Amino acid sequence: MQNSKLGLDFSKVEKAKKTAQRIAESVQKQLNNFTTVAVERTLCRLIGIDGVDENCVPLPNVLVEAIQEAECLSDGVLYLIGNAMIATGLTPQEIAEKVAIDEIDLSTFPRCASQDIEKALKPYVMQCIERIKSNRQRREKMIADIGEGTKPYIYVIVATGNIYEDVVQAQAAARQGADIIAVIRTTGQSLLDYVPYGATTEGFGGTYATQENFRIMRKALNETGLEVGRYIRLCNYCSGLCMPEIAAMGALEGLDVMLNDALYGILFRDINPQRTLIDQYFSRIINGFAGVIINTGEDNYLTTADAVEEAHTVLASDLINEQLALLAGIPEEQMGLGHAFEMNPDLENGFLYELAQAQMTREIFPKAPLKYMPPTKFMTGNVFRGHIQNALFNVISVWTGQGIQLLGMLTEAVHTPFMSDRYLAIENAKYIFNNLHNIGDEITYKTDGIIQKRAQKVLENAIFLLEKVEHEGLFSALEKGIFANVKRSKTGGKGLDGVCEKSENYSNPFIELIKHFV
Amino acid sequence: MTLDLTKIKPYGDTLNDGKTQISFTLPLPCNDEAIEAAKQLLLKMGFENPLVVFYKELTDGYTFFNCYGNCTHDVDFTKIEVPKVESTTWSLEETDTFVKEKIGRPIVVVGASTGTDAHTVGIDAIMNMKGYAGHYGLERYEMIEAYNLGSQVPNEDFIKKAIELNADALLVSQTVTQKDVHVKNLIELVEMLEAERLRNKILLICGGPRITHELAKELGYDAGFGMNSYADDVASFVAQEIARRNI
Repeated sequence: MQNSKLGLDFSKVEKAKKTAQRIAESVQKQLNNFTTVAVERTLCRLIGIDGVDENCVPLPNVLVEAIQEAECLSDGVLYLIGNAMIATGLTPQEIAEKVAIDEIDLSTFPRCASQDIEKALKPYVMQCIERIKSNRQRREKMIADIGEGTKPYIYVIVATGNIYEDVVQAQAAARQGADIIAVIRTTGQSLLDYVPYGATTEGFGGTYATQENFRIMRKALNETGLEVGRYIRLCNYCSGLCMPEIAAMGALEGLDVMLNDALYGILFRDINPQRTLIDQYFSRIINGFAGVIINTGEDNYLTTADAVEEAHTVLASDLINEQLALLAGIPEEQMGLGHAFEMNPDLENGFLYELAQAQMTREIFPKAPLKYMPPTKFMTGNVFRGHIQNALFNVISVWTGQGIQLLGMLTEAVHTPFMSDRYLAIENAKYIFNNLHNIGDEITYKTDGIIQKRAQKVLENAIFLLEKVEHEGLFSALEKGIFANVKRSKTGGKGLDGVCEKSENYSNPFIELIKHFV
Repeated sequence: MTLDLTKIKPYGDTLNDGKTQISFTLPLPCNDEAIEAAKQLLLKMGFENPLVVFYKELTDGYTFFNCYGNCTHDVDFTKIEVPKVESTTWSLEETDTFVKEKIGRPIVVVGASTGTDAHTVGIDAIMNMKGYAGHYGLERYEMIEAYNLGSQVPNEDFIKKAIELNADALLVSQTVTQKDVHVKNLIELVEMLEAERLRNKILLICGGPRITHELAKELGYDAGFGMNSYADDVASFVAQEIARRNI
């Protein structure tokens, strides 16, 4: 029996997890028979289709749109590509190029037997699986050879808009002590229904996620990792309308961490719930196999809802995210479940409540490298106080053993970080992590004190909420605005037209192969 | 020394000492010459007695400086004029009562973070029931029908919704200001409203941490609310302005 510093009743935790599991299974069951344009484009990428047509439209989009127009999407791209490979003797890439110039139409070839199609595709599928596997091994070997930072990993963001400038900033941050570099995406990318191509130098508030940009940054961080004697993880954002495609690109280029939330796109980007939940399943299958740590986005709830009143919604969502991730084969050690330090600084004993919640999250997800987000909502431009808010946030993190510490910047709410802002943030974190290194082992909480009671209450409320969600069903709960006070209808939002029921011809061999490999 | 409003300069611990704190990074490796470069830069910025109190090489070829100096410039405070939103800020109850008595129907306010901007913090702080920092949001007002459309709302959709709801006032929140993306987006909305012949029938307001009333007026908005403005400031302005214009 796990020992709780908070006097948590673990049979209640178990009950919460079981409820969340039933919620996740029910959703998955409803969606198993559907695919999306994003999933299909991902399959194109996984069998080696890359590049753009003369109008700069990515070939996976060209292909999937052509199939959609021919009303064959329900058969799945792999079925049609494999079929065309047999008929033409061409590679998947050559087929895509010919579709782009209207030279061939995939719907016109005579249909072959499914085992022949499978055979034709197999070398391409296996090549992809091997590539992802070797990226995973490269990471594991490099960590074994040169080591890595201690937890909480120091996570910082670069956001210049120009990948080459990002490299300068990222390398500087790594030399100063960062363990994870996230290249934040340009504003609006989550709503693009395609992934831009090539190296990019123009973005607003961030840099486009492209496969080439991934490659450039991965290479730079490998070099810096060797230089500083510490593996530097690279993070990007596997969310929005291209969620599984970004996962595939990350897996192919050896990314280490991905924002990958089951509900975030629904709540905060108004993406259709069905679309998002189908996409997240395949994206997480890929991330799980690639050894990528996923980060969930519960912190965002607290930018709209109150951190005290709505703490249980964060926990409930973490529990649902955990179960959906388990269904997609992600091990607990790769689950960077999210929460955030967003209490009003004027609140009496706010630090104690925050400590309670962070410790509670730690105990409920003991193996997960929890992702802890810094204050943003109450950062005011008073950079001096902001630096102290970030210090308190760092204290809680080292005290409660968080996994991934997204460092707060003193200039949050002012501008995207300067090089010096990032330096001051890392200095702040390292000072506190070192000075308070074993504080969590030394201090226990008063029985039935403010901290214990707070944690117990949040767990109670989360269970109550999960039971309500189970009773309603997740889709109906989303419609009623249970999370983050945001209401989303099952048939509303962006991207529903990209959802399609699978036909009996449909096959996605990656899912079985990957599960088999794991 | 006495306070002379025509010659205002920074205050450290003595009137008119001009003491100023400043920090910056130079793209130079950390050495004596770099420190001297920082001092010379401070002199050029108009600081006497430049003092570099801390320096640190952040990464190869980039050095961070913390400095102090005495500012040699001053400004004539008596000549300063800043355009401001001309309204009195009332409490929630006062605004509700005013709307009931003077307008006699609820005011319809539609808000969004428009364009590619994904930040909802600003619009939520103004509109959500709970509000921000003790100032209740517009949704809490009895006499305001508030619709918060969230983030990344294209201007087209925003206008469509405004027509559908018969909006009296539109609130546009803009947080991302890199490369002036907010200015382009704000102008586009004004132009689209003009094309639809709606501009004069609607109160158009923008807000965000980098928005000033002056910028808002320049772009063709009725008001702009920057840092430290809350739902009550916006609600009071909307109520008073609608009553005044008889929209």
